Amino acid sequence: MKFAVIVFPGSNCDADMYHAIKDSLGEDVEYVPHTASSLEGFDGVLLPGGFSYGDYLRSGAIARFSNVMPEVIRAAEAGKPVLGVCNGFQILLEAGLLPGAMRRNDSLKFICKPTILKVENANTQFTNAYTEGETIQIPVAHGEGNYYCDERTLSELKDNNRIVFTYDGENPNGSVSDIAGIINEQGNVLGMMPHPERAADSLLGSKDGLKLFQSIVKSWRESNAVNA
Amino acid sequence: MYKVKVYVTLRESVLDPQGSAVVHSLHSMNYKEVQEVRIGKYMELTIEKTSRDIDETVKELCEKLLANTVIEDYRYEVEEVVAQ
Amino acid sequence: MLSTLEPTPEKIKADRIYAEMGLSDEEFAMIESIIGRTPNFTETGLFSVMWSEHCSYKNSKPVLKRFPVTGEKVLQGPGEGAGIVDIGDKQAVVFKIESHNHPTAIEPYQGAATGVGGIIRDVFSMGARPIALLNSLRFGELDNPRTKYIFKEAVAGIAGYGNCIGIPTVGGEIQFDPAYAGNPLMNAMCVGLINHEDIKKGQAHGVGNTVMYVGAKTGRDGIHGATFASEELSTGSDSKRAAVQVGDPFMEKLLLEACLELIHSDALVGIQDMGAAGLTSSSAEMASKAGSGIEMNLDLVPQREPGMTAYEMMLSESQERMLIVVKKGREQEIIDLFAKHGLDAAAIGVVTDDQKLRLIHQGEVVADVPVDALAEEAPVYNKPSRMPEYFIEFQEMDTDITSVDDYKDTLVSLLSQPTIASKEWVYEQYDYQVGTNTAVTPGSDAAVLRIRGTNKALAMTTDCNSRYIYLDPETGGKIAVAEAARNIICSGAEPLAITDCLNFGSPEKPEIFWQLEKAADGISEACRTLEAPVIGGNVSLYNETNGEAIYPTPVIGMVGLIKDLKHITTQQFKQAGDLVYLVGETGSDFGGSELQKLLYGRIFGQAPAIDLETEQKRQQQILAAIRSGVVASAHDVSEGGLATAVAESLFGTDLGAAVTVSGNPIAGLFAETQSRFLVTVKPEQKGAFEELVEDAKLIGEVTNAPVLRISSETGSSLVEAEVSELLTAWKGAIPCLLN
Repeated sequence: MKFAVIVFPGSNCDADMYHAIKDSLGEDVEYVPHTASSLEGFDGVLLPGGFSYGDYLRSGAIARFSNVMPEVIRAAEAGKPVLGVCNGFQILLEAGLLPGAMRRNDSLKFICKPTILKVENANTQFTNAYTEGETIQIPVAHGEGNYYCDERTLSELKDNNRIVFTYDGENPNGSVSDIAGIINEQGNVLGMMPHPERAADSLLGSKDGLKLFQSIVKSWRESNAVNA
Repeated sequence: MYKVKVYVTLRESVLDPQGSAVVHSLHSMNYKEVQEVRIGKYMELTIEKTSRDIDETVKELCEKLLANTVIEDYRYEVEEVVAQ
Repeated sequence: MLSTLEPTPEKIKADRIYAEMGLSDEEFAMIESIIGRTPNFTETGLFSVMWSEHCSYKNSKPVLKRFPVTGEKVLQGPGEGAGIVDIGDKQAVVFKIESHNHPTAIEPYQGAATGVGGIIRDVFSMGARPIALLNSLRFGELDNPRTKYIFKEAVAGIAGYGNCIGIPTVGGEIQFDPAYAGNPLMNAMCVGLINHEDIKKGQAHGVGNTVMYVGAKTGRDGIHGATFASEELSTGSDSKRAAVQVGDPFMEKLLLEACLELIHSDALVGIQDMGAAGLTSSSAEMASKAGSGIEMNLDLVPQREPGMTAYEMMLSESQERMLIVVKKGREQEIIDLFAKHGLDAAAIGVVTDDQKLRLIHQGEVVADVPVDALAEEAPVYNKPSRMPEYFIEFQEMDTDITSVDDYKDTLVSLLSQPTIASKEWVYEQYDYQVGTNTAVTPGSDAAVLRIRGTNKALAMTTDCNSRYIYLDPETGGKIAVAEAARNIICSGAEPLAITDCLNFGSPEKPEIFWQLEKAADGISEACRTLEAPVIGGNVSLYNETNGEAIYPTPVIGMVGLIKDLKHITTQQFKQAGDLVYLVGETGSDFGGSELQKLLYGRIFGQAPAIDLETEQKRQQQILAAIRSGVVASAHDVSEGGLATAVAESLFGTDLGAAVTVSGNPIAGLFAETQSRFLVTVKPEQKGAFEELVEDAKLIGEVTNAPVLRISSETGSSLVEAEVSELLTAWKGAIPCLLN
């Protein structure tokens, strides 16, 4: 399976994502600059964390208009897995690929710490290697991860099992319903604030994030086997 | 030439933790009469005159980029200025 | 013409305008004799910044000469953007610490943020990729709104810059003391990695080569920042607010990636950050080091504001700018390279052979001065030095502490002192993991980062107990280096080198100069014994408010090499049943201790003694034990003594410990005797450990029940506390003070 890591000016977790895929997961991966006009040949798209365009104006607001974004949207529409982590999640929200918006953390401070997540839905192409209700340790590092959506959207998310991860115990940012990650209606676009790529190597304290990438590969292999 | 002033604030329904922090701080400085603070962004745009209606342009760029209407409201003032 | 608004050379001399820029009468006369005429306004400005203490080290040079600066692994000592040490496999580590104290005092968020930005540029201008940031901070006590504000904003500024640019802030130290109330300290350290073949120097070689300007545009911000940093803060300093620069970490991220691509281009000749004294120091220093000259046309300098004068452009300290020298004829490929990263590069001058800095603005030569005079020939002063009265008095004082009310309550109080208490409130605001190399995160003795693609890692720390240095600068200087080395050793690394940031009061006062000299002597001796040379650093003098100096604070930044990832060791106890050892004897050392401060509200007497030979021997033995795999955890025993060290080793585990202290219980629990380590060992490795480490005394064991029990030799209980209770006190102290 071949992944694209999209690099925006100001992305800073692009290399971490790249190494998680290449070194820990053992799959193909390439950096794709924000200026690219094609994602041809990639089986999955990863939007890494960081401060695209300095997070000026609003996190993700400017990146959403970069050249590569129509291609990301096209890949999502074609059913390819698209994962946005942290700033990547913020970009997916701004681009309208996922509903809702991000506010500043309720503490008004940037927060970097390990968090415990509950896998609310293990029946997605991003979580099939986990079990439902399992708790995992994945770190967060963000200043604007306070997810917001209106009541109607929230019930839609709940009713359709689209809340994939919630914070178990302490909620680090004040997000609505302790939301840490949500998926789109089709089930192929996941946005999450915690960084699975930082939890893919036991030297760094946790390998719980690796299963997320393994899930993507597993789903991709299965659907390709069916297609073939 | 137009000078456009754009004000972006969090929608009434959305909690504004910065505003709450400032109210708290003002109260502790004994300005008990302060009821509420809403913090927002102020932007100044200089826009060249074209055949397009200026209101239409400003609304469009506010909704596309300057404000995220999921959580933010915006308003603006347009002033026509003569280029020096 | 704007320049006509500036005072004429005659007026500068007659009205002593140079004095407002920080030059003395003698210095102005020297400048006149060097250039053979009275300097104009721009030229006076050039000399005033280049001859400030911040750029010239004119007051500290005689002291800095004492430091050992060479070693077999040292590839670059002091004098360039940052020092470089070999770590094998054709790789090297690059690091430096620098102060940004005065800007932080005036505008803490931007002052701290731009301090971080500046030190990062020092490292990547050497061609290295920055991999980690550390800092050392000093504030007044957290008992008033102003100090709380400065503390919160400085931390937010460090976080804001480091997090955005994506370099993890992995460690540091913070102390709170009334001595810093009016003059907080903000020292930032950056560590980078480089391949030997990529090492670049800031030199302007090759007559006819092109001088280019890259990065952010020049504005009027920070004018006279370097001179400002060399003056005392007075109550009027708030009005100097215009001198504070604003940082743009996003711009710096673009500049970082572009410059790291640039170093692989054979079109590049030299590169230097425009830091303090901006365009002036970068151009003069690059030319002086290469024995060349530079001519620049200031009309070509990218400008953010209209109508800037030559003086303003040359003295601006706008951030995120670099000066580079490229081979003649290769300018377009450089322009293209920067354009790819969304940045502008502009050719603004040429390298000449006349060893002059010549500036042209609006068709006129506005400055023409020898580069060596600016960069190298600043006057050097041998300041008078005098042993202070307080030091003489302190030698006679009895510092023994013979009673405390309750041992457990005392331990809880010590753990709640902001200097000892958990700094989680601070480091949780720093992205300490970006880069996915941080194997040991903030909170242990030293941070550890693996070197990707190898089986090695780097340990890094900043240390300085300024109380000991105030009591006895020479002993305190030794302790600062020894403690840094202890932290490095405890994480499984061997010390490589240090960088130092000498924060002191006004060198015009003989007592302050004495502190500086003695501290430098102590540091030098410790560096020699512990084989950690000084590869660079920074001096920050005049740290005074209304005549009151800070404690002498020579911060030590140390980096060590872990040869095998298996050797990475942390302070946390690992398993019930492990044996607890105290390495080193304990005496009644309370001078400058946390307990003394807690009981008396001030510090006095003699600093704890240190014997560097003993220190070195123990460090080597502990490291040998770690490398042979017989050490489960290691922690240096420092502020708050053994009881604090044991408590700290339990935090973050679900374990407890039962230990015995011998001799006087107050000393056994809380004394700050130097050269001590707290080590745990698996029972089956008891023999092997004791064979390797001579002065180890078995004092107890790790227990399953999360309770800390400390008893005296006679078996009476001194402390019995739930670890959770201690943890609450330790973790809650700083957030509680801030609310």
